[in-house]
Amino acid sequence: MGKRVGMEVAIAAAEAAALCKFDVASVYPITPQSHVAEHLADIVNDGRVDASFITVESEHSALSSAMGASATGARVVTATSSQGLLYMGEVMPITSSMRLPIVMLIANRAISGPINIWNDHSDIMPMRDTGWISFFAENGQEVVDMTIQAFRVGEDRRVMLPVNVNMDGFQLPHMVEPIFFPDQEEVDRFLPEYVPYATLHPDRPVSMGTLGMPEIYAEAQKAKDVAVVNSIKVVKEVWKEWEKLFGRKYEPIQSYRTRDADVALVTMGSMGETAEIAVDALRKQGVKAGLLKIKLWRPFPFAELKKAVKGIRVLAVTDRACSFGGPGGPVCSEIRSALYEESVRPAIVNYLIGLGGRDVQAEDFMEMVRRAAKGKLSEPYEFYGVRG
Amino acid sequence: MNTAMNHPKSIIENFDLYAPKLVSKEEFFSPGHRACQGCGEALAIRLMCKALGKDTVITNATGCMEVISSLYPTTAWTLPWIHVAFPNAAAVGSGVEAGLTALRRKGKIADRRVKSVAIGGDGGTMDIGFQALSGAMERGHDMLYVCFDNEAYMNTGIQRSSGTPFLASTSTAPAGKKIPGNQVWKKNMAEIMVAHNLPYVATASPSYPLDFMKKVKKARRIKGPSYIHCLVTCPTGWRSASETCIKLGRLSLETGIFPLYEVEDGKYRLTVEVPEKRRPVQDYVKGQGRFRHLTPDQIQVIQERVDIEWETLMIKVNCSKSREELRAVREK
Repeated sequence: MGKRVGMEVAIAAAEAAALCKFDVASVYPITPQSHVAEHLADIVNDGRVDASFITVESEHSALSSAMGASATGARVVTATSSQGLLYMGEVMPITSSMRLPIVMLIANRAISGPINIWNDHSDIMPMRDTGWISFFAENGQEVVDMTIQAFRVGEDRRVMLPVNVNMDGFQLPHMVEPIFFPDQEEVDRFLPEYVPYATLHPDRPVSMGTLGMPEIYAEAQKAKDVAVVNSIKVVKEVWKEWEKLFGRKYEPIQSYRTRDADVALVTMGSMGETAEIAVDALRKQGVKAGLLKIKLWRPFPFAELKKAVKGIRVLAVTDRACSFGGPGGPVCSEIRSALYEESVRPAIVNYLIGLGGRDVQAEDFMEMVRRAAKGKLSEPYEFYGVRG
Repeated sequence: MNTAMNHPKSIIENFDLYAPKLVSKEEFFSPGHRACQGCGEALAIRLMCKALGKDTVITNATGCMEVISSLYPTTAWTLPWIHVAFPNAAAVGSGVEAGLTALRRKGKIADRRVKSVAIGGDGGTMDIGFQALSGAMERGHDMLYVCFDNEAYMNTGIQRSSGTPFLASTSTAPAGKKIPGNQVWKKNMAEIMVAHNLPYVATASPSYPLDFMKKVKKARRIKGPSYIHCLVTCPTGWRSASETCIKLGRLSLETGIFPLYEVEDGKYRLTVEVPEKRRPVQDYVKGQGRFRHLTPDQIQVIQERVDIEWETLMIKVNCSKSREELRAVREK
């Protein structure tokens, strides 16, 4: 069994990729992802993993060269954040359409306007519909575990999709946390060698990325949707196996003290741990609070959500990005639509919190629960604690 | 005794005998694709593939060539081929090289060299793909990039690019009543690549097929980044007759507008002789609708620029030394 070490999470993420013995890393530096990039380079240049590190000139080229390498049959890792992820935006849906199981480590950061390097989810949300599988880690341990799981899920012949592992910028990558690392042998057993379906090689020439006319484009989109939807089975299967091997449980939606909960918070990412503290404090005060933590953002776990909200009167959904002029935050609009056809469903309120690194403390979550108890806010969604 | 040299006619009569010695009979860019009649680019790609041979992976930028060759479920390519997007052929190609190199080193694929070759049009190379190309070349990947320059965004309807010649009429720089076409001079892409200190840079044209293929073979052999800038006729965009495709390529050389040269290890060399008395620019522009509006004065302005550029190139051809030669001088 592996060992427990104190390590900066960005470095730990790169170490997790190293345990997966990637063949190619293609990364462009950006705050707060840079330590991931730097440590991947250290690993390659120290010869700890036999791989090529491409020092690309932009994020667009990072994902493009990652695609080229992946198309030859290599196991490829990349990493980015914020503007970098948006810059990759053109290439994101092509990666999933070509079914290239690249793993991307994302240190989530607010997108510009005004420029801001701190954490929220406004970078990954515009990428929601690009056909990638999206994991959301809550702490350093989950970053490491999910990175290894991401290769296994993405490369599964039933899936063959790229996977991004989201870690809240600064809150996770820049923290030193105690982390259990599995042994190399354990990872080797869990993650078999990647066997690509088709590769760019003259021994068996193929054409990749061909032109799809209207007669075939829609079918291609449907095929991708079916693949993403069906991948949830493999994600759950892999997470079960992980639990059996390493004792750490992963679920698409993780419930915390919701069995008899009246009001439940919903979080995604690192704020889950702060929200847990708030729930515990509220429980001490006699408030029946609970918490749902979303770990799998795409494919969205509809069935698991429906099960998890049973008996809950009010859901206080927190979002860390805004859909301007839309229905509120993207997480909330997803949950509302997921529960629309349920005959018994909770009332839903939506708080937009932690934008651009704005601190959210346990007391804030407690206040959100107290106010949500009414089942309604004065506005369809509220920028919690925001002036103006 | 070389019969072909003494009896040039016999080359045509015995074509099947001589041609295979000059060029591979194998087709890697198959007939049946949807390129226009007289498309210089499709012809050049066919020749390039013959020169590259089987152990090649092609990365294609978005553009006419991807459209005409890869309509699902058909493909014109018998070489492994990938198309991702418009601006990133060089980046994808660099990833192909990195992937193949890593997998070969690790024994996961056959232990033989497979060359990564990225191709794009003038827009995909000189404009939107410029940054990715500069990055890929600067990083020193063992790859070849070939720009097929037909001097405008032909795939989207003949819009002006930085490869468009001065005063040419395009759909976004039309010959209007006030402004007579494109107002700036063509970007010299080959020189920009020379400035990247590449081991090999060349200009080429399918009108000189043997010269072009020789350059492709040379670039293929180089272990490192190389760049070929290939000027190709687009009858649709140039508003020229399909059957003048080859002739226009020859005129571009004979007028000195597009000389064929190579820069190896920093040393310039003309690869196809240009007539001592270069033909006037007028001969090149007259068969092309995109230059139809030019006045004699405007043609004279172009002529002067071509003359100066020609002389500049000649200075480089006559005076440049390879890095190896420069090293030898220092050692003395």
